[in-house]
Amino acid sequence: MTNALSTQLPPVKRRNAELVMVLVAVGITLFAMIETGLTRNGELPGDLFLYGGLFGGLAILAHVFIRFFAPYADPLLLPLAVLLNGLGMAMLYRLFESTWHNLSGAKLEEAMESGSASGQLQWTALSLVVFAVIVYFLKEPRVLQRYPYIMALGAVVLLMLPLIPGLGATINGARQWVVVAGNSLQPSEFAKIALVIFLSGYMVTKRDVLSLASKRIKVGNFKIMDLPRMRDLAPMAVMWGFCIVVLVILMNDLGSSLMLFGTFLAMIYVATERGSWIVIGLVAFFGACTLLYPFVSHFRVRMVTWLDAFNPQVYCTDEFLNNPDAFCGGGSTSQQLVKGLFALAEGGITGTGMGGGKPANVPEIQNDFIFAAFGEELGLTGIMVMLLALALLAQRGMRIALASKELFVKMFASGISFLIAFQSFVVIGGVTRVIPMTGATIPFVAKGGSALLSSYIMLALLVRMSHNARKPAPQAIQDEGATQVFSR
Amino acid sequence: MSDLTLMLIKLAFLAVLWLFVIMAVGVIRTDLFGPSAKKKSKRSAKQARQSRDDAPRRAKPAPTRAPKGRRNEPQSLVVTKGPLAGTTLSLGSAPILIGRAKDATLVINDDYASGRHARIYSSNDQWVVEDLGSTNGTYLGQQRLAKEDPQPITIGQPIRIGKTFLELRK
Repeated sequence: MTNALSTQLPPVKRRNAELVMVLVAVGITLFAMIETGLTRNGELPGDLFLYGGLFGGLAILAHVFIRFFAPYADPLLLPLAVLLNGLGMAMLYRLFESTWHNLSGAKLEEAMESGSASGQLQWTALSLVVFAVIVYFLKEPRVLQRYPYIMALGAVVLLMLPLIPGLGATINGARQWVVVAGNSLQPSEFAKIALVIFLSGYMVTKRDVLSLASKRIKVGNFKIMDLPRMRDLAPMAVMWGFCIVVLVILMNDLGSSLMLFGTFLAMIYVATERGSWIVIGLVAFFGACTLLYPFVSHFRVRMVTWLDAFNPQVYCTDEFLNNPDAFCGGGSTSQQLVKGLFALAEGGITGTGMGGGKPANVPEIQNDFIFAAFGEELGLTGIMVMLLALALLAQRGMRIALASKELFVKMFASGISFLIAFQSFVVIGGVTRVIPMTGATIPFVAKGGSALLSSYIMLALLVRMSHNARKPAPQAIQDEGATQVFSR
Repeated sequence: MSDLTLMLIKLAFLAVLWLFVIMAVGVIRTDLFGPSAKKKSKRSAKQARQSRDDAPRRAKPAPTRAPKGRRNEPQSLVVTKGPLAGTTLSLGSAPILIGRAKDATLVINDDYASGRHARIYSSNDQWVVEDLGSTNGTYLGQQRLAKEDPQPITIGQPIRIGKTFLELRK
């Protein structure tokens, strides 16, 4: 990690490529809306120009802003974010606005309660303002390194905020919401970023200690792994305790718990290059989960609905509906998961086309299960594009981490890109029944203000870091030997 | 809307999605191969024009590459042995300073290297290595270089500084 010369990115701007790709991404969004309108109502959507103008305008403004204030930033970051955000918005349009065609009066207002693409557009505007503020004012991300413990405290406070009576709210079984001025926010989304900042700062100072090994485990001549010293396990113990006790037991927030602990493991691995930390962490986490299994009902429900999803008792078919002895007597069923799987299967290779499916069959599809809606309407072909966009976003982040010279920035960029990748994995893995459902959000795609805002904050940090990593080194005034001028 | 039209729209939409992915991958290509040759020549032409117009106004954003005339022109300096093994520096027109000093182009963390140990630069289309008065010396092959006596180097010739071996590559 000490030398980055070989991994330096070429100082190319490619801003025009970025503009073209942003325009294509906006075009894709509008195309999706047009397809929705034609399929569902047989005509072009009336508010197409409104969306095109506002969303396209916002995206182009963001591009112009980058052109002026971070010209060497990676040209792919913004287009990928715009594509994901636009696809998410088009899907919300398809799920909500396009179904209000024949509604009026009270019914329309009732329908508008559950969400809308225009709400998402407002949040996009707000997020882009925050994006611009961060890119403009945070000239050197390393200044964040000065306050690791304040960041840690901030993360804990943010995570605990929903526990405050009167402020917090329980939505869909997890107490992770805060209601501010009529908007429900999820502070854990921002806590993740604060935690990444803390961990980067902490690991930079402690990584030498953490990579010390006391015992090497061998089988014959084969090295299995190096165990760290017992006392160096303290940070992991604290993190583990926090994730298990506070998040799982007190707050029923399995998603945040998994996310925070996963990020911690990834960052400690990046800092120390020791696989033993991952082994220890995973054993501790899953051991705790196994021990807690009989006691935390919320957790048990998620495991059963995952492993035994197709059991009629768990799914809650009509014959078990009023049977209090059945699993679903408590009101928790695997219907959402199974219907989501059916929707994915319905999509097949090319999908039913935007507006051609029946995503409304899946309960709460606008949240985590928006991925199932994409699977149904765009098919495998379309879902692959979404996955590739997310993967490319994470890859660009890792590339920034490789290219930048400061340790803190390396840790920070790799932490953020891991967060993007892991968050997508947790959601999509949950929807496709690879892992239990946890309740996280796909970055940029999912409905919800706090999710979108935190995604754009991560994007702003990546844009700033990639600009700093790629901009050409300051040139010496004289040929050589003179004092160099460093521009800040 | 007939079903056929809708199906064509659906397929067109998926095609546009994949077009985006292909464009994205095209942009990533610059990471691996650098900016394409055509663009580079355009840029250097622009720079030349700019420097003619207002030469001392500001430093050039990137050093222009050494002209790639012949095929045997070395393109990079590679560390073949030592703690930095595998590091590659692309050769530009700027001289490469090697040593322990923090402002060196290639910072070697080696007890046997001096702060400003040696430098490698091109003069008259020839790459030369010059010892800058180091304590433990710079070796070209087996032979120790005299102080401040630049010696021409060719591709593949090993240069030793402390525990680090360097050589020019195409």
